[in-house]
Amino acid sequence: MTAPEPAAGTRMPETGREAAAAASASGMMIDAELDKAYPGCVVLRGARLAVRRGTVHALVGENGAGKSTLVKIVAGILRGDAGALQIAGAPVELASWDRRAARAAGVGIVQQHGASAGTLSVVENAVLGVEPLRGPLLQLGPTAAALIELGRRIGLPVDPGAEAERLPLGAAQRAEIVAALHQGARLLILDEPTAVLTPVEVDGLLATLRRLAAEGTTVVLVTHKLDEVRAVADEVTVLRTGRTVTTFTASGEGAEGLRRDARLDVAAIARAMVGTDLPPPPPPAAPAAGARAVLELAGVRVGDELDPTDLRVRAGEIVGVAGVDGNGQRELALAIAGLVEVSAGAIRIGGHPATDAAPAARLARGLAHIPEDRQHGGLWLDASVADNLALGRADLTGGFRIDRGRVRAHAATQIAELDIRPTDPATVVRALSGGNQQKVVIGRELSRPELVCVLAAQPTRGVDLGAVVRIHDRLRGAAAAGAGVLVISADLDELLALCHRIVVMLRGRIVGEREGAALRDTGARNALGALMTGVEAT
Amino acid sequence: MTAGKDPGPDPVRSRLPQAFRIPLSGARRELETAVLALLASIAIGSALMLIAGKAPGHVWWTMVTRTTGDPYVLGQVLYKATALALTGLAVSLALEAGLFNIGAEGQVTAGVLGCALAGTALPAGTPAVIAIPVCLIAAAAAGGAIGAAIGGLRVWRGAHEVITSIMFNAIVSGFALYLGNRVIFRGGTTTGAAIVPGAELPQLGFGGSSANASIVLAVLAVAVVWWLRARTTWGQGWLVVGQSPEAARTTGISVGKVQILVMTGSGALAGLAAANFVMGHKHAFEEGLGRGTGLLGISAALLGRMHPVGVVLAALVLGFLSSGGLAVAELVPKELTEMLQGVVVLAVAAAVPWVRRAEAAA
Amino acid sequence: MTELVATVLSLGFAAQVLRIAVPYALAAMGGAITERSGVIDLALEAKLLFGAFTAAAVGHATGSAVLGIAGGVAAGMIVAAIQVGCALGLGADQVIVGIALNGVALGGTRFLLQLLFGEGANSPPCPAYGGAVLTNPIVWIAAVATAALPYAVRRTRWGVRLRAAGDRPDALVAVGVSPVRARLAAALVGGALAGAGGAQLSLAVGGFTADMSSGRGYIALAMVILSGWRPAWAVVACLVVALAEALGIAFQVSGVPIAHELVALLPYVATLAVLVIAGGNRRSPPRSLGQI
Repeated sequence: MTAPEPAAGTRMPETGREAAAAASASGMMIDAELDKAYPGCVVLRGARLAVRRGTVHALVGENGAGKSTLVKIVAGILRGDAGALQIAGAPVELASWDRRAARAAGVGIVQQHGASAGTLSVVENAVLGVEPLRGPLLQLGPTAAALIELGRRIGLPVDPGAEAERLPLGAAQRAEIVAALHQGARLLILDEPTAVLTPVEVDGLLATLRRLAAEGTTVVLVTHKLDEVRAVADEVTVLRTGRTVTTFTASGEGAEGLRRDARLDVAAIARAMVGTDLPPPPPPAAPAAGARAVLELAGVRVGDELDPTDLRVRAGEIVGVAGVDGNGQRELALAIAGLVEVSAGAIRIGGHPATDAAPAARLARGLAHIPEDRQHGGLWLDASVADNLALGRADLTGGFRIDRGRVRAHAATQIAELDIRPTDPATVVRALSGGNQQKVVIGRELSRPELVCVLAAQPTRGVDLGAVVRIHDRLRGAAAAGAGVLVISADLDELLALCHRIVVMLRGRIVGEREGAALRDTGARNALGALMTGVEAT
Repeated sequence: MTAGKDPGPDPVRSRLPQAFRIPLSGARRELETAVLALLASIAIGSALMLIAGKAPGHVWWTMVTRTTGDPYVLGQVLYKATALALTGLAVSLALEAGLFNIGAEGQVTAGVLGCALAGTALPAGTPAVIAIPVCLIAAAAAGGAIGAAIGGLRVWRGAHEVITSIMFNAIVSGFALYLGNRVIFRGGTTTGAAIVPGAELPQLGFGGSSANASIVLAVLAVAVVWWLRARTTWGQGWLVVGQSPEAARTTGISVGKVQILVMTGSGALAGLAAANFVMGHKHAFEEGLGRGTGLLGISAALLGRMHPVGVVLAALVLGFLSSGGLAVAELVPKELTEMLQGVVVLAVAAAVPWVRRAEAAA
Repeated sequence: MTELVATVLSLGFAAQVLRIAVPYALAAMGGAITERSGVIDLALEAKLLFGAFTAAAVGHATGSAVLGIAGGVAAGMIVAAIQVGCALGLGADQVIVGIALNGVALGGTRFLLQLLFGEGANSPPCPAYGGAVLTNPIVWIAAVATAALPYAVRRTRWGVRLRAAGDRPDALVAVGVSPVRARLAAALVGGALAGAGGAQLSLAVGGFTADMSSGRGYIALAMVILSGWRPAWAVVACLVVALAEALGIAFQVSGVPIAHELVALLPYVATLAVLVIAGGNRRSPPRSLGQI
């Protein structure tokens, strides 16, 4: 990715009005120290976020670090359990701080997946709650004109009459940003805004954020992409497992205790995110040359989402599918599992034609499917761990009358092997943590007899580190035992640690591939990252 | 923004099952729910009695003493509970698979029609060992066919089963009337010819009440459904389809197939209620025979929290309410208890989330 | 047979179709906006029944049909309020609430008949509009609602909020508007319309009969689904159902040798047929329908 502005360290002067306001108040737009816990899982423990007015502040951290939770509390979407929060110098009562209050205080937020009502038009969404009326009727004209004008001024063109759900994701996001500013947001929080954007759109957005900051709007950018951070951020707060690790500042000014770092050293930020410099994972043993293909896709197309795709996974091989979410990986997985109709092409599993086979038939052929969403697909949440470990496994349950003894014995084995907690096989799966829920899926799928091919979609998403290690071990074990493994993941580091070969998907197509030694050299990560974001393709 | 993945579920809410059909954390909680709903219904019933100018305590007491003290009334409670257990079971079975079969009403009528037609078509001397199974199969097949149609429309055409059920209820009832008028009813009556004596089920006595041996059939059906859902992959299949269809799909269960099979089974169970009416009591087709049993079966299923044993208890309670209502008809209009049967359902629906929240808070 | 054709082509027949359509259409419009706000409306049957009963009872007591209509409207709104209270206030399953309320209405109207008039099946006579169309205010209510409702849904605060509530209630929460209130506001208007439809049932014939709605609420809901939750199209669908019903009556009266029991089933069969045929390509329901 190319940075629109080379040195983000220099800040433009604040405009008159904002400068005056900043002078009268403390100069801090957000000053927060927050706790948040859900039953059985602490998300934030004294997470600190201090954002100065008129800056672009990046909030970074790995998946599950608590970034979204933190900004959602600031924006009044979630309620903080304890701590302190000041917005523009004014202390906030956490117990009564809701979205309405936050909005009134000038806090705008654009969430990861949007918060617009899809069947309402852009302008209807923008006026919701404060509808201007003429008599009994809505008066949308002036607002629509204002949105167009504002959008033009800040470089984010919008179509106020368009139905929100019919807009492309980038346009819908622009509309939300413009609407938030129209509603008087002085603080604009963007939660992973670039995940749904094309590289050109990303550059445009980042340039707009700089411009907004120059005009006095404070911007908080939640992201885990460090090139974006380097491109736009004045300051960076790093969050890890619910705690603020450190805050970097580019300008040398700012609150006490900040780490001064004039260049925003990306490597230092990365180290802070991960904790330590992890040793590179041991390279997996190479599969035997000439091993037979256990999964073959020839020209498989799924609607407009997946263009004709060829892919082969050999026995003993671990193949990774990298890519930003929403680039056809989901359809690829569903096509292999038989859960979506294939528009064209052929699929073979274990050498047998499987294009038209029902999901059950594919599983019987030795396919194991770890779906991307364990709560909607992987698990029967209201049944016990033991039942979930045997779900659909006729080899364990028996064809008709359930063999409870075998189900229980199987559960005991898997619970011990994967360290599933709590250890009681009768526990309802809904009560388990995300990591333990995922272990149940892994335990069921990878213990299939005569495993031929493993399809693992986002196998460690939202899972704690201990579980990640065990899940990776099991996937390596399956490959070592002779199965072909296809891992789909948005986490490139996970794939680099696991795979013999990595293909990259972008806009429904495989756009590149790296194998063997090419994955081990230091430039592999950057090269694959460039492919994922389409830098090389455009 | 709708493309891409939906926003992740709120962690707290995803820890609480939302659907009515997902069981609470144990039999005690389920029982609490039913008792809570009954108490609320009794309270509302008492308020209505006060409005009607009667002392609620007196009315309830009279209802209890007259019902339990008179073998005939007790027999009538059993007679009604027999059919309600079957229709309640039918509704429960479908509901557990995620389908709302309010077509039990039409399926009962279809069963009555099928049972009576088979019973009259058999040669006069047919022995019971042949006549009884033939009539039962006819009843189950007639009800099952309607159920299969509703299930098929849902799976193949996406037609909501509640709407199609209502249409089928009206169509079956109209068709039965048509057949009755044109073919079955004899000379100016609304009753058809008698079924062969071999197909009649013996009475149980109880002061000449209508209670009959079909109660054995109901108990057997309850036992079979209980066994299937607790011990077999079939039962597990319909439960996972109802509670987590996505998990069913990924683990290789065909959701559509299970739903159609379950609706067929549900219709067959409802159709079997005909045994109670035709083979056990009237011994002939009669206009309106079994009417209301299917709709009240919904109450039995919901009050019994879809569990086979719960459904039996609920069927007894509802049977008591309708017989008891008749027994105190001179004190309060019997329509009061009819209304309470609807109130009970409303109360259960409201009690479930209430108990769930209490459960989560504990 | 020619007689039958003449009947069907007459102005009187058109008027009859309109009269029959009114309860369906009002219930369907009520159902459409209630569901658009995110509340499953299986209680249309209850709103029709209580509306019909109350209209007859008030009409009988006051001798005024207009007050009867007001009573029907109020009854529909009360049922809607109870429905929303149970579903959104207590969090009860919305399908079950609807079905339970229909059961309560069936028993409850009979109980009230018994209590107020000492009769199990019929109310004493009340003022009747009979065959009148142009002088029947309920017909006008239906006509005005058909024209105004789509506009109100699109162009008023009430409409934009009810659409938001049915689509993304959290978008409303985010701007400090309670989705529950938006849904209540929608459901109350929906209940009023369905209640007026009920009033037409009893005031057209000058009295209430037990179970006189006989499944019309369910048919109306089927039309709502078929019309893609668009009130005006739902009215069109209801006119078709009414046409089928009127044809059935015409057949019966004309003495054409067709079994009247089967002809009476026309609306149900037609509904089922349309559901089956239109099955595949239907518009999707409001995104948050049935969710709290």
